[in-house]
Amino acid sequence: MDTIGDTIGLGWDWLAAHRDIIIIQTVNGIVTGMILALIASGLTLIFGIMDVVNFAHGELFMLGAYVGVVVLATSGSFWLALVLSTLLIALLGAALQITTLRPLIGRDPLTTILATFGISLVLQNYALWQFGPVPRKLDEPITGQFVLFYLSYPWYRLLIALLSGAIIGGLYLFLKHGTYGIWIRATTQDRVMAQAMGIPVPWVHTGVFAIGAGMAAASGVLFGPLVGINHAMGLDWVLKAFIVVVVGGMGNLGGSIAASIFVSLLEAYAAIVVSPAQAVIVSFVVLILTLLFRPTGLFVPTPK
Amino acid sequence: MSAPKTAAEPLVAVEDLHTFYGKSHVLHGLSLCVGRGEVVGLLGRNGVGKSTTLKTIMGLVGPSRGKVLLEGQAITGLPAHKIARLGIAYVPEDRRIFKLLTVMENLRTGLDRQGVTQARKEELLDKLFAYFPRLAERRGQAGGTLSGGEQQMLAIARAMMLEPKIILLDEPTEGLMPRMVSQIREIVNVLHREGVAILLVEQNVPLTLEASQRVYFMEKGVVRHHAVASELKVDDPVIHQYLGV
Repeated sequence: MDTIGDTIGLGWDWLAAHRDIIIIQTVNGIVTGMILALIASGLTLIFGIMDVVNFAHGELFMLGAYVGVVVLATSGSFWLALVLSTLLIALLGAALQITTLRPLIGRDPLTTILATFGISLVLQNYALWQFGPVPRKLDEPITGQFVLFYLSYPWYRLLIALLSGAIIGGLYLFLKHGTYGIWIRATTQDRVMAQAMGIPVPWVHTGVFAIGAGMAAASGVLFGPLVGINHAMGLDWVLKAFIVVVVGGMGNLGGSIAASIFVSLLEAYAAIVVSPAQAVIVSFVVLILTLLFRPTGLFVPTPK
Repeated sequence: MSAPKTAAEPLVAVEDLHTFYGKSHVLHGLSLCVGRGEVVGLLGRNGVGKSTTLKTIMGLVGPSRGKVLLEGQAITGLPAHKIARLGIAYVPEDRRIFKLLTVMENLRTGLDRQGVTQARKEELLDKLFAYFPRLAERRGQAGGTLSGGEQQMLAIARAMMLEPKIILLDEPTEGLMPRMVSQIREIVNVLHREGVAILLVEQNVPLTLEASQRVYFMEKGVVRHHAVASELKVDDPVIHQYLGV
């Protein structure tokens, strides 16, 4: 009896038998990863420049989705909802930064954690009061589907991945080329010297917080059609975003994006063998392993 | 003691400055002034508060008492970025290059200001690269990959991009090779010829006496002595008194 050959054969057989679902899960993992990357890049950008862990990020995501619902209901245009929600929540982010975080510059980091946590509670309960506990639905702008093996797969999911990629790409170009991008990168590296070079650092902070908030809102609107929108929806996503921000290296934009896709793919593959609810454990395992063996992040080339 | 008066209104005047780091009292009523286009040396042993003086003028450290005047206007308490825009540039002791930004991007942190036309920017860069050909060669390279001397050049070049009225220069020759030191000396001359005032903190006494018109001697957070640089020799008793080991 050739047990080894059998075992290998079984392995190949298993892969062959599951080829379709593996490809489907790869697509799923990338789509979820892109949305997660959009949330996480705002979070990591804010942390990188201000050393502020923004606990209200999930609520900005949630409010973004709600603003999307309201604008879509009144105007009928999903794209208008996306743009308006992004801008409005960016403005809200700027206002929150000026009123709550700016006075705390130079204080113990704990104060900013408490402040953003406080903001998150207020925003969550505002949403509950304003929109009620019943989940709202946000209709997707395109409803077509294509057949991926035996599964009919919505085009909209692919569109989410593409749009998220485009927004992140736009952010990259903005940071890489414009004057404001140079200001942001200089401030991230050396806040004091940036200020001595005439860069208005307090306003750079406000701008970055607004950008991060706007990106959270955009992801809320984009992702809204796939889930029910409720006041607590930010919690799951921000938790996952925190995980990928740590796994990718705090404050490292490229690392967070890579980690978002990496963790989402792992979860998607795990969901083939275990239930999706159990697959969530994978991201925590990755988090714990990262903290144990590479606490500066998986995607940082040289740990400092 | 009070700052000696120069003929015209000084460019920068510091009056009775008291600065604390936490509970430690660093500056104890420091006064000095720098005239337009004047190179002024600030000498003293380590820890007497020379760097703190520069940081306080720049607005990076808030004084608990006293005033900093720029062209007669009080700038005490303004945030550093406003002070930079008013015409004071700062080259810190540890250079503080933006290491992940390219040489060009480092320069653009000072160059991309409101009211500077594209033509003016190019003119400034051309002039700068004529002084610093090394930086021109390395304009696309990350600041952190430059040698210590090149980083010092970049730190000074970056400050020059602000077209400042005065540059606060903190130990520019520290840790540099002799060849680099003479280059720094040359740059100070160039800046002086262009009418930029310099407040120079240095450990290198011969260089300071050569480059400056006047020197202040600091001890324990105050100015103790003040002299015309050309009247001092390197082995002057005054120098021994305030700097001798």
